[in-house]
Amino acid sequence: MHTLTTLVASLPSESFVPASETVDGGSFVLAPLLIALPLLGAAVLLLAGRRSDRWGHWVGVLASAAAFVVAAIVFVAMLQRPEDARVLDVQLGTWIDAGAFQLDAGLRLDPLSLTFVLLVTFVGTLIHVYAVAYMEHDVDRRRFFAYLNLFVAAMLILVLADSYLLLFVGWEGVGLASYLLIGFWNHNYDYAVAAKKAFVANRIGDLGLIIALGLMFAAFGAVDFGTVLSGEHGSTSQGTMTAIGLMLLLAACGKSAQFPLQSWLGDAMAGPTPVSALIHAATMVTAGVYLIVRSAPLFDAAPTAQLVVVIVGAITLLFGAIVGCAKDDIKKALAASTMSQIGYMILAAGLGPVGYAFAIFHLITHGFFKAGMFLGAGSVMHGMDDQVDMRRFGGLARYMTITWLTFMAGWLAIIGVPPFSGFFSKDKIIEAAFVPVDGSPWRAWVFGGVTLLGAGITAFYMSRLFFMTFEGERRWSTKRDGTAQHPHESPRLMTWPMIVLAAGSIGLGFFLNLGGRFVDWLSPVLGHAEHEEPVLPIWVITVLTLGLVIVGVVIAWRRYAVSQVPVIPPVGTELTRAARVDLYQDSVNDVLLVEPGQALTRSLVYADRTVIDGTVTGVGLSTVLLGGWARRLQTGYVRSYAASMLLGLVVLVVVVLVIQN
Amino acid sequence: MTDFVAPDVDWAALSPVVIVLIAAVLGVLVEAFVPARVRRTVQLALALVALFGAIIAVAALWNGVEDTGGTVVLGGSLLVDGPTLVLQGTIALLALLALLIIADRTETGEDAFAPNAAAVPGSDYEELARRKGVRQTEIYPLVLFATGGMLIFPATGDLLTLFVALEVLSLPLYLLTGMARRRRLLSQEASMKYFLLGAFSSALLLFGIALVYGYSGSLRYSEIAEATQVPGGLDSLLLVGAVLILSGLLFKVGAVPFHTWTPDVYQGAPTPITGFMAACTKVAAFGALLRIVYTMLPGLAWDIDVVLWTVAILTMVVGTVAALVQTDMKRVLGYSSIAHAGFILTGIIALNESGITAVLFYLLVYGAATIGAFGIVWLVRERAGRADGSDASGPILGEATHLSQWAGLGRTHPLLALTFGLFLLSFAGIPLTAGFAGKFSVFSAAVEGGAWPLALIGVLASSVAVFFYVRIIVLMFFTEPAGVDDEATGVTALAPSAQGFALTGDTAVVVETRSSVTTTVVGTEGLAVVAIAVCAVVTVALGVFPSPVLDLIASVATFLP
Repeated sequence: MHTLTTLVASLPSESFVPASETVDGGSFVLAPLLIALPLLGAAVLLLAGRRSDRWGHWVGVLASAAAFVVAAIVFVAMLQRPEDARVLDVQLGTWIDAGAFQLDAGLRLDPLSLTFVLLVTFVGTLIHVYAVAYMEHDVDRRRFFAYLNLFVAAMLILVLADSYLLLFVGWEGVGLASYLLIGFWNHNYDYAVAAKKAFVANRIGDLGLIIALGLMFAAFGAVDFGTVLSGEHGSTSQGTMTAIGLMLLLAACGKSAQFPLQSWLGDAMAGPTPVSALIHAATMVTAGVYLIVRSAPLFDAAPTAQLVVVIVGAITLLFGAIVGCAKDDIKKALAASTMSQIGYMILAAGLGPVGYAFAIFHLITHGFFKAGMFLGAGSVMHGMDDQVDMRRFGGLARYMTITWLTFMAGWLAIIGVPPFSGFFSKDKIIEAAFVPVDGSPWRAWVFGGVTLLGAGITAFYMSRLFFMTFEGERRWSTKRDGTAQHPHESPRLMTWPMIVLAAGSIGLGFFLNLGGRFVDWLSPVLGHAEHEEPVLPIWVITVLTLGLVIVGVVIAWRRYAVSQVPVIPPVGTELTRAARVDLYQDSVNDVLLVEPGQALTRSLVYADRTVIDGTVTGVGLSTVLLGGWARRLQTGYVRSYAASMLLGLVVLVVVVLVIQN
Repeated sequence: MTDFVAPDVDWAALSPVVIVLIAAVLGVLVEAFVPARVRRTVQLALALVALFGAIIAVAALWNGVEDTGGTVVLGGSLLVDGPTLVLQGTIALLALLALLIIADRTETGEDAFAPNAAAVPGSDYEELARRKGVRQTEIYPLVLFATGGMLIFPATGDLLTLFVALEVLSLPLYLLTGMARRRRLLSQEASMKYFLLGAFSSALLLFGIALVYGYSGSLRYSEIAEATQVPGGLDSLLLVGAVLILSGLLFKVGAVPFHTWTPDVYQGAPTPITGFMAACTKVAAFGALLRIVYTMLPGLAWDIDVVLWTVAILTMVVGTVAALVQTDMKRVLGYSSIAHAGFILTGIIALNESGITAVLFYLLVYGAATIGAFGIVWLVRERAGRADGSDASGPILGEATHLSQWAGLGRTHPLLALTFGLFLLSFAGIPLTAGFAGKFSVFSAAVEGGAWPLALIGVLASSVAVFFYVRIIVLMFFTEPAGVDDEATGVTALAPSAQGFALTGDTAVVVETRSSVTTTVVGTEGLAVVAIAVCAVVTVALGVFPSPVLDLIASVATFLP
């Protein structure tokens, strides 16, 4: 039995390449509207300025909702097409025509991109609605909605692009929107610094994407999906393929906060909570997963890069989980959990055809339950005078029932309790991780073990978060103005989006998993993965996972719901202290990157001043001296002018005669 | 000896020249018979029609010349071939643009010329003429005569016609140079210098013609070229003659060491005339030089190369370096035009077909930017403060040519400063301006012709030149206007000629930046603005899409022998 599975797995799996066709009309011609509508919304809000302050936020909501309606129409039209004709190209015209480099701008409509489009517009619209109430007292609410719309437009460009270059445009666009929104309250110095940190970390990733673009152009002479992902890599060497894969991974690491570029995500919580929910939980941070899954044919041809992807996912998964156990700031704990969950997705994406669909599956369910929990955290902050320290919460379940219940749905989903959404998606990833690759079972044991362990830790820290906030005794501080806290439920504009997302957290996973319909839906893009046997029977894996989850929840219950939670954080073990400061990631960055970088900058400035400027100034000075000499010849007297002409002439004549003889 | 045979004249082929010269003669008659009230209108209309007609005539001749390669007119005195037509078209177009600026008047009805050029500067008579509103409409026929000479100059087929054309184009320019409305002494001094040095160079040219005739027994380029193929005992006679002829032409283009007149004359002449002179004269003279080097002296290329190389290098270096230390806008542009003469020479030295195309193209783009730039210089004026110190309310004075007076112009007049910046970028040869396309084509022609050291020096000189062009842009956009609010010194409106003072070289001419004098842009009747706008459009269009024009020129870039 064991030998057989090994044999099956070691068969070279033929890389699946979707065949695309140009769109012929119908509802699909609406696709450009997906991007145009939110872009228009952003333009209106930014250009109309203060005049639109009173109604601007509804324009934002409307733009996002309209995009969702278009997405739904396109989705229905797509469902009506036969399964093998669901990859469509919408041509927008020639974009770049420069000699050997020709590129058309166009949109790629297929199940993968449509999945993202639906997620972004649906969750995005909910969060827009939520933000109307959440940002009600902010004088810059209109600007906030303009940026949100800008983000939605950029994110849709990213997922709809039909070439890596257009994808890069969206990639930069979401980076910009993320920067603007993290630093939305930039009058606070720390928040502005957080925005800059996120931007710089993202730039490092962007560099990877730029290099990957260059490598693709050098290797294939094109950067559009049609050519690059054709699966025909001809003479391209394994080394080049690996390099492209690693550079794409670097890009994914920057955008998706994966090790070693993960440090910005915690600080990015400086942004308003709807931003954390939309950008830093549900959509933008998952762009890295999209990039890797979209580039599946490239990664399939570069096993080394795939292995690195899996390793990065595994490290981040554990890293985020450990950090999440120690954070007392509710949003930072959620951010650490996001990092860890994306680690799962990246790991799944690195597993190859067996994992691609599950990575996206988990991405979708995560988009719902994590956004729901972030909105819940925002609701708690709303009711608790913007307090974020969980040690000052406790016993809130009675005061904000809807928030409590919806958050509970998200909590049960993320820790993977059946039949909540997360169970279906995460369990699939753990199963896939236990499938041996290339006939070597050691990988299956290592990565399967890591995902299993991660599931246990996830159960612990998420339960800790949930119990510290909603259960146990009250540990409330006073408000900022000194009066007592009066926690209260949030207005309906905020609770309804939470309820809808909670419904997704509860049932979406079951619904999509029914008869494997989500995997089938994606198969026109990702192909049908051969079913392969994991090293352990599936029921054993599931039981083990659930056992670990129960252990994690019980430990958390005993420590944070039953016993007293100190208001002042205890000193803790060495590991706790390390986890509180993100396992010293910032210090490592400082020593390894920031300080050498600054030293390099200083020495470059010095060299620039002394060597370059010195040379330039020297040349300039001598030229001016020469000019002064020339000016003295310009006496203003005709006689001397005539003399100089004559002299010059005589010299010329003499030279000519001398040369001639 | 030989019987006189009346030459069979192909008048159609001569039409561009003839139209302009007839209009010039008519202009003289207009001076005599048309009442003073409408004289300017009639003259202007006549001149515009003539120049426009010349352009149309060139266009009408184009197809025939493209097919046949050109015709020999007047028994070989004039050659109407491809380069001739390109040059004549360029000259007529540039003259038309220059004429718009020459003819334009400020809001108060002042043109750029002295009300009565014969009046002694500062005299009562001058003041009377100024108050009566007298104006010298003779400038229009003078400009037309000069243009006529320029149209003939590059079309000449023998040395005698060359000399006549040179004089026809030069004499009106000497006169026009001395007719500035303001700083009249400076203007008259410049005129005198130009005339004396011009006469000197004409003498050199004539002497050269005599020597070459002595060697070859002919004045016709083609026959001289044949004679140079046959080895003779009097080679030095030919060589000295050739160098003398070249020096006469190099004087006109303002190449070192025959450039000394350029800055002084450019500064002293009425600014619209400076633009006309700097653009059109250079086109005509380079056209003639191109023809002589390519058709008369190819047999001597080996010996002449030394002269041209030396002159080109010196011109590029001196023009660039001297421009760095100037403080007067018109002198900066003057030296810059010297440097450009050097760049164009590299295209001539290339001695190949792409060299011809490159030079012709360069002349067009350089001419457009030059006319536009000098047009803007004419618009930027000093404005006197009131005696009580309140600023920017007094009468408008002369041009604000000191560089410091241009500080901050980008804030007060952004569009104008932007346009001037465009011309400067084109001079500097920044991509997407016509100047880049021009420089690129001459340098690549030079490299193709084996003259890569020249191209290298040209590129280096261009990069140094960027400094002083960009310095002006920085001055306009990023520098605060200096000393606007200083204590008023009580200087009120000055008589037009009171600012004329002796010109004794670069250092002597320091325009005092009076603290009560501010810089402004004068409003005009609009002709100049049209011309400047056209120049700007040409500069951008030829920068972005140079190839259609380059292809058009290349299709006819062959000289008749």
